[in-house]
Amino acid sequence: MSFTHLHELIRIADEKQMSIADLMLEVEIEQSLHTEKEILERMNRQFSVMEEAARKGVETPVYSRTGLTGGDAHRVGEYLKKGCSFLAPQTLQAMSFALSVNEVNAGMGRIVATPTAGSAGILPGVFISLLDSGRFSRDELVRALFTAAALGLVIANSASISGAAGGCQAEIGSATAMTAGALVELGGGTPEQVGHAVGLALKNSLGLVCDPVGGLVEIPCIIRNGLHAVTAIAAADMALAGVKSVIPADEVIQAMYMIGNALPESLRETGLGGLAATPTGRALRERVFGKPQGME
Amino acid sequence: MRQRRQAERFVSEFLANHREWSDGLDMKYQSAFEMIGPVMVGPSSSHTAGAVRIGNLAREILGETPRIVEFRLMGSFYETYQGHGTDLALLAGVMGYPTDHPAVSEADQRAVEAGLSYAFKKEHLGFFHPNTVGILLHGDQRKIDLIASSLGGGKVEVQELFGLPIRFSGEKNTLILHHADQRGFLAKVSNALDAEGYNIARLSLERWRRGGYAITVCEVDEEIQNDLPEILHSKVPQLKDIRVVQGS
Repeated sequence: MSFTHLHELIRIADEKQMSIADLMLEVEIEQSLHTEKEILERMNRQFSVMEEAARKGVETPVYSRTGLTGGDAHRVGEYLKKGCSFLAPQTLQAMSFALSVNEVNAGMGRIVATPTAGSAGILPGVFISLLDSGRFSRDELVRALFTAAALGLVIANSASISGAAGGCQAEIGSATAMTAGALVELGGGTPEQVGHAVGLALKNSLGLVCDPVGGLVEIPCIIRNGLHAVTAIAAADMALAGVKSVIPADEVIQAMYMIGNALPESLRETGLGGLAATPTGRALRERVFGKPQGME
Repeated sequence: MRQRRQAERFVSEFLANHREWSDGLDMKYQSAFEMIGPVMVGPSSSHTAGAVRIGNLAREILGETPRIVEFRLMGSFYETYQGHGTDLALLAGVMGYPTDHPAVSEADQRAVEAGLSYAFKKEHLGFFHPNTVGILLHGDQRKIDLIASSLGGGKVEVQELFGLPIRFSGEKNTLILHHADQRGFLAKVSNALDAEGYNIARLSLERWRRGGYAITVCEVDEEIQNDLPEILHSKVPQLKDIRVVQGS
């Protein structure tokens, strides 16, 4: 079983007439020596942690330890109740859940890294909104997490999911692609359409630099999670509509990797460049940590 | 460049003829729970969860209560360690807390209470992943010196142990064998492991010089039973010390 190239994953799924989720489960059983039931139970527990983090910040405002961010998930949740949003309510709800997860994360609360903590809002945000929609059962959604996992493995093994190595495109981009692909499978799309969703979603994340203000996983991380939850849903709909990623997904992943390598260190999670280097970014850093100084 | 292309062509031809071998090639990440997980407290999987795991590994390799620790941080680890709580996470890990423990955020206080003295320094450790830390850890009996990187998503990799280039992830059940470099050592170890029903998944041996002090890291598929170190000591006289890291 190969988790290094998407085209192989798609080919094997086609040949075996299996979903990508079931392929991933099969490999997990083989590698871990655990039973299918044990593995599904473990994923179910991850889902519960996701759900808790997704709802927490929408119900009541959650603030980060630094006080720089927080309350946005709640704001979007309240706005949603007014019923006059531009986005479809369910999409906006996904956004609010995604924001919540990352607010909980910034508050040192419990989350599931999907695939990383900085990008932990996108997949749970979208999945919990789908749970609330009633269109899919909890079990179906838990199973779809294996599709997302398989796609994440391909990206992690052939490129990177680390912001320090590949910029935010490696974190937010990977999460968006994983989510978009999983949605396509949930929506009844073919493995090939899953591949297109990954390509489309990741293409729209290319070049995203990792420039956290003060080196904190807050600004712009939280907002990016909220907005990319919407991107993931849009990419899934695009692929299900039959739109193709003209550049094959595997090549998009490689492009992401090469762009990551070409990024200067200041834009790879050092908190030195980009938004972190703006006057406001520097001022916020000082507010949290005081004047810059050496450690010793 | 040309050599590299030739090597790549060789590998791809080899794999085309030996499909079954391609399983696992260059697959650093293998489990679904590496992408959907770990469950952790924020804010960063590589700077917090990964750092906790590196600390956990250091503690397990030390094998006793740590008293003094010095962290040498490089790259992104140094630049953003306070913002990500990397300092707290490393301390929490060294004290043995898991990635989702609520006490991670107050690990500095807990360290003071536990009588663990600590220091953080900036240092260029070599050409490693940007998120890399060197840990000098002292207990009452032993001390260890390791360099480890956090690769993203909570995954970690030890790069050096006591200055030797020993790489392992700590995900599989791992034996760290300290021994004299003598003929027949690995044969005795593998015989003993085979007799006890263990399958060796990965093995590496490094030494300072011929006949000198050596370290072998051996990953096995099966869970390591408590009696294994004693059995190995009795069957392999060259062994000086054994540390066990149970896979995560």
